[in-house]
Amino acid sequence: MPLSVSLSIEGDTTVIELEGELDAKTAPDFHQTIEKAAGHGTSTVEIRMAGVGYMASAGLRSLVFAQQKVGEHVTIKVVGAIEPVARTIRTAGLDRSVVLSDD
Amino acid sequence: MSEPASEQVLRVDAYPTHEVGGYRVRAGKPFPFGANVVPGGVSFSVFSDQATSMTLVIYKRGEPEPMAELEFPQEFRTGSVFAMTVFGLDHENIEYGYRADGPYDPVTGHRFDARQVLSDPYARLIAGRDVWGVEPDRSRGYQYRSRVCLQDFDWGDDTPLGIPAEDLVVYETHVRGFTRHPSSQVTAPGTFAGLREKIPYLKELGINCIELLPVFEFDESDNPRTNPETGEQLFDYWGYNTVSFFAPKAGYAATGRYGMQGDEFRTLIKDLHAAGIEVILDVVFNHTAEGNEQGPTISFKGLDNATYYMLTPEGYYFNFSGTGNTVNCNHPVVRNFVLDCLRHWVADYHIDGFRFDLAAILGRSADGTPLPNPPLLELLAYDPVLRHTKLIAEAWDAGGLYEVGNFPAYGRWAEWNGKYRDTVRSFLKGDPGITGELATRIAGSPDLYSTRGTSASVNFLTAHDGFSLADLVSYNDKHNEANGEGNNDGGNDNASWNCGAEGPTDDPGVNALRLRQMKNALAVLFTSQGIPMLLSGDEVARTQQGNNNTYCQDNELSWFDWSQVDENSELLRFTREMIAFRRRHRELRSTSHPTGQLRDTLGLPDISWHGERAWQPDWSAESRLLAVARCGTGDDDVVYAAMNSHWEAHDLELPALPGGRSWHLFADTGAEAPYDIRTPGAELELENAGKYLIGPRSVVILVGRTPDAEL
Repeated sequence: MPLSVSLSIEGDTTVIELEGELDAKTAPDFHQTIEKAAGHGTSTVEIRMAGVGYMASAGLRSLVFAQQKVGEHVTIKVVGAIEPVARTIRTAGLDRSVVLSDD
Repeated sequence: MSEPASEQVLRVDAYPTHEVGGYRVRAGKPFPFGANVVPGGVSFSVFSDQATSMTLVIYKRGEPEPMAELEFPQEFRTGSVFAMTVFGLDHENIEYGYRADGPYDPVTGHRFDARQVLSDPYARLIAGRDVWGVEPDRSRGYQYRSRVCLQDFDWGDDTPLGIPAEDLVVYETHVRGFTRHPSSQVTAPGTFAGLREKIPYLKELGINCIELLPVFEFDESDNPRTNPETGEQLFDYWGYNTVSFFAPKAGYAATGRYGMQGDEFRTLIKDLHAAGIEVILDVVFNHTAEGNEQGPTISFKGLDNATYYMLTPEGYYFNFSGTGNTVNCNHPVVRNFVLDCLRHWVADYHIDGFRFDLAAILGRSADGTPLPNPPLLELLAYDPVLRHTKLIAEAWDAGGLYEVGNFPAYGRWAEWNGKYRDTVRSFLKGDPGITGELATRIAGSPDLYSTRGTSASVNFLTAHDGFSLADLVSYNDKHNEANGEGNNDGGNDNASWNCGAEGPTDDPGVNALRLRQMKNALAVLFTSQGIPMLLSGDEVARTQQGNNNTYCQDNELSWFDWSQVDENSELLRFTREMIAFRRRHRELRSTSHPTGQLRDTLGLPDISWHGERAWQPDWSAESRLLAVARCGTGDDDVVYAAMNSHWEAHDLELPALPGGRSWHLFADTGAEAPYDIRTPGAELELENAGKYLIGPRSVVILVGRTPDAEL
């Protein structure tokens, strides 16, 4: 299943909504969107992942990439990740660089 | 933030100059070796002294057949280094290896075979054994696949803890064994992430350094044997058979299937540091997983056999390691490999120190002769990157070289003190005439380390190799049948005593004595000068059912059973209080060996020896009692420890204390819990100040201090 990526701004938050599978094939689309989000200069980037049913290593790497792109003064929130995805993020230690939340 | 385009520097080296096999390439940089991401591509660099040609083999991740084979143009060769930058690679989704062509002539040491795809010795990630215990597909030609790794972990403000060596309390454990047991209740049992969940336990125990059995990629399925009793497959569980030296073991990571093992391990290290715990890695540079001429060709053997291995004049492998081959580690190229590897673990993983398996081999020359001034050991001792790491040698090898006390230390190396282990074990089981040597060992072994201080001695009674503490007091003999070698493997000199029954027993008297003996051992260990090392699980009486060589047992023989934390809470409490006591009393951690000189402030010597009578130690051949008093390095207290391995009680006359101090009882292993030990600082003042009755086979620890104010 391909990945659909949408980008919007809500106040001081840049929202990236993902739906589908985040893997090696689809990660580049996500990367491009992160680069755009980084240019917006908001204090928070919220990545909504409730619609992501599968995340491969490339997707995990994308979160590392995201944090580096937006810089340390911007908070990255990962919202609504299903439990297997959230668990993988926590296990790899990426919950240090992004904030995991349910909603 | 990305730079505006106008300010970006256009780099000339980001442009290809050649085309090979449909890929745009240019000459790479010879250094550093390995695969490194550069602007627009990946630079591959590999050394081979005798290869006539070298081919880079690239696979899509997980695919059986290569997607590309790129021979290095001759002009991309500098000296004996082949280096090429390949542009346009999706570096996260490829695996790579090398084909090295050259002479196949074992007598001269060369074993080139261009049919084999070889793993990069400098690979920072390895794919192929991503999940522990999964049966590998052995039909695949290339098993251990090198991967490109980004160095993008965010360490935040993590810095080395720099705990002084004399303050260390080392805890030796196995990444998988620590949390694999179902009772661990962690999210990802048997992994770095699982271990991370148990940091609070380690912190509460009081240890400040964890020493991990090998974590470099190895192949756990590399064991053809089965358990003769059950038919179950045996493993290479300990992992002393390195496949790849720069790569953390993927099967130790819950995220290994995602290739995230590096991040998972770094996260564990970062959290251990945050908890005040250093990380030491057990490293194996004396041999590799390639075995002898019958072993597999994985990497070194096909890249440059004659450089990397010690070979006999006939081209066979010297076997000082007992495992088939011996790394030629004082060869200039090989010692740089070892150095690069350790620098990588320090710089990229924030590792605090290393314990070197069979380190005596690291002092041998290419023909096996022990060198007086081994260049590798000197190199590691003085290296700028390794400068503040702990270097610990297992100062012997399987070729008969035993260098405890004589290891070429360059003022830097500490040693696993095997003599400490043997002496204290022997004393504890009641052997006569040991008190003299016991005194030397608990004072930090000045006979071995006179110029190096007490912290050159890593004191231990048990380690992964040998009996666990509970088995040391439960078995006279090893019981290794489950290893499938007819009980012929494992050491025979265990200096163990079963306390009256071999193995598990219902006899309450035997069980009580065993518990007391374990407490005795811990009391001696944590009041000895030198760096104490505790084997994981000994604090809760972990048993291996008498197996003293569980290298192949990936099961309950090896795993830490967390239900024992409650069941053996008495021993756990004793261990915690002993560690806390050591932390409180600097005289137990003094870096210099005691001299017996008077401390002006106290009127007592820094160390004094006693027996049944104060000031009169019994060094005779039948003596089984020794008491030691230490004072005067850092606090005003006097610490007195009496060790009685006799089966009878003895009245002790206590030395008189200076200026208003009185004796307080901290621990008496002969007393029933909870009176066996107290919280440091809350010791009980003795009513009969000059005397104390030490029970049979007991250790008593007293503190001479100013009494608490009357409430």
